Amino acid sequence: MPEPILSIRNLAVEFKTEDGIVHAVDDITYDVFPGETLGIVGESGSGKSVSTLSILGLIPQPPGRIAGGEAIFKGQDLLKLKKRELRRIRGDEVAMIFQDPMTSLNPVLRVGFQLGEAIKTHYPKERDGAVKERVIELLRIVGVPNPETRYDQYPHEFSGGMRQRAMIAMSIANSPSLLIADEPTTALDVTIQAQVLQVMKRVQEETHAATILITHDLGIVAELCERVLVMYAGRIVESGDVHTIFRKPRHPYTIGLMDSLPRLTEDEEWLHPIPGQPPSLINRPSGCAFHPRCFLSQGRAACLDEVPSLREIDGAGHSSACHYAEELRDRPSRFGAPVQAGGAQ
Amino acid sequence: MTEPVSRKPGHESEKIVAAGLEDTTVVAGLELEVRSQWSYARRRFLRHRLAMTGLILLIIVFGAGLFANFIAPYSYEQIDLNNILAPPTTFGHHFFGTDEIGRDYFSRVIYGIRTSEEVGVFVAVVSSFIGLIVGAIAGYYGGWIDNLLMRITDLVLTLPALAILLTAAALLGSGNQWRVSIILALFFWTTLARIVRGVFLSLREKEYVEAAKAAGSGDARIMFRHILPNTLGPIIVNGTLAVATAILVEAALSFLGFGIKPPTPSLGSLVVSGQTNPQKWWLTIFPGLTIVLIVLCINFIGDGLRDALDPTQRRIRA
Repeated sequence: MPEPILSIRNLAVEFKTEDGIVHAVDDITYDVFPGETLGIVGESGSGKSVSTLSILGLIPQPPGRIAGGEAIFKGQDLLKLKKRELRRIRGDEVAMIFQDPMTSLNPVLRVGFQLGEAIKTHYPKERDGAVKERVIELLRIVGVPNPETRYDQYPHEFSGGMRQRAMIAMSIANSPSLLIADEPTTALDVTIQAQVLQVMKRVQEETHAATILITHDLGIVAELCERVLVMYAGRIVESGDVHTIFRKPRHPYTIGLMDSLPRLTEDEEWLHPIPGQPPSLINRPSGCAFHPRCFLSQGRAACLDEVPSLREIDGAGHSSACHYAEELRDRPSRFGAPVQAGGAQ
Repeated sequence: MTEPVSRKPGHESEKIVAAGLEDTTVVAGLELEVRSQWSYARRRFLRHRLAMTGLILLIIVFGAGLFANFIAPYSYEQIDLNNILAPPTTFGHHFFGTDEIGRDYFSRVIYGIRTSEEVGVFVAVVSSFIGLIVGAIAGYYGGWIDNLLMRITDLVLTLPALAILLTAAALLGSGNQWRVSIILALFFWTTLARIVRGVFLSLREKEYVEAAKAAGSGDARIMFRHILPNTLGPIIVNGTLAVATAILVEAALSFLGFGIKPPTPSLGSLVVSGQTNPQKWWLTIFPGLTIVLIVLCINFIGDGLRDALDPTQRRIRA
């Protein structure tokens, strides 16, 4: 196995609110390997964004607080870096793509200038001419037509898809080795989503950056990712490669997620949601946070009392945080019959 | 800089991407004019009749002040003993008449304009600068820094400006226009500080600020390169109006005899010379009207700028 580019160990992030302490991310551990695309899925408030924003120092502190853990990026712990050192990494070695391209570009500055800023922030000595050339090159890479004209335009002259392309161009401006895309297509309509996903795929092929893709769209995960983490209530409940997760999910929550997707091939009157509500992160249910909504638990004591830890099952890097994951082994998946251990490539 | 990303020739996905292009600049050969918010604002301003009238008049008046040494027929100190308290006449080129020691009033008013515009512009620039820095820091950092700076601002706002100016002038004696300007500037920054703070408070939560942070920009860079351009509208409007207020306050101070030391003429002190000779109307009317004209013009320009720079307004006034 190659050396991971980012290793997160026991990361915990809390937010202090008037009602109590919100445990947004609780003791999560994962690795990102060079060149791979890791998907993080989960419903709103499951801590998927916070888990990545916090390692870049992008959560407001206070009320946010990193309660523990480490995030080793290329040999240094990002959580221990000084503000200035972290800033040098942000946008250079690690870049982000944000959710809403409509508001992530500054309306009063020309797009070309903003992209140039991303470069000049880290390479202030770069000649203006070289920066401009590079920006036009970047716009071309992400498929913005007429980059020379577009360079001098303002964000309001860009459509949503074009803006997201510009944002992607900005994120790869300094050839980062880790790209974090926080719901990059959520704010776009479906046809534009497809185009932007194409662009992301292409950018990844060209930059070979490791990518963390945060989304709640399982379709995008299936399209782009090689490995998947499923998060629930601030914890990782299942992880594994994308085929394994889709073909033989071993956590009741993952199964619930898959079942909640509408099927195009069948005539269905109703959707199949997971019963109940997402848990409060202030008073999390005891034991397994998912037990009140779980079809498998059936009130068994272990689910109520013991916090299940993420443990490897079936080998091949497939882990699940369910006490009774083995009972799911023979359950047929919606996405094809269970395959041999190790997943199909 | 790191290696530029290479483009593979004949890339597969390029075709797919290209198929989905929506290019608004070239649609069937139709070129759309690229227009920035500034060019919209410029157009709106140029169509604002009152503001344009104000601007043209102000350019004439301020131009006269700026080039006073070329335009004024006499120096402001030159005494013509043959024509003491002469009424306005073209004779001897005393267009505005002469004062009680025979100095040409037209020249004195023009030099007075120069003093007033120096005071106005200096106060506006310096106070805008202070207000901008204070407001930006308070709004961007928030917390105790914001609290401290805003309480200082409140304190300055509660001070009775005129009383303190009079005290300062009485203690220091009346001085040249720069000293008056500096004192005025130290009072005038508060409104702008509050405006800028408000804008920064709301803009620092914007996603593009977060995006700039994620791109590794430092605080100063975010404040002055990313947020500041969004606040220029109110700063420009407020700065313009500050020129008018400063001119008025300076005139009031000089009127009370605590402003600019004679013989340097200032519009306020010129108005006073009419007090001693009430029947010599030209001594009051000309400098007085000049003040009114300048302040009126500036306020019209300010209104025009406010309308023009309001981004919610797309309508171009006919």
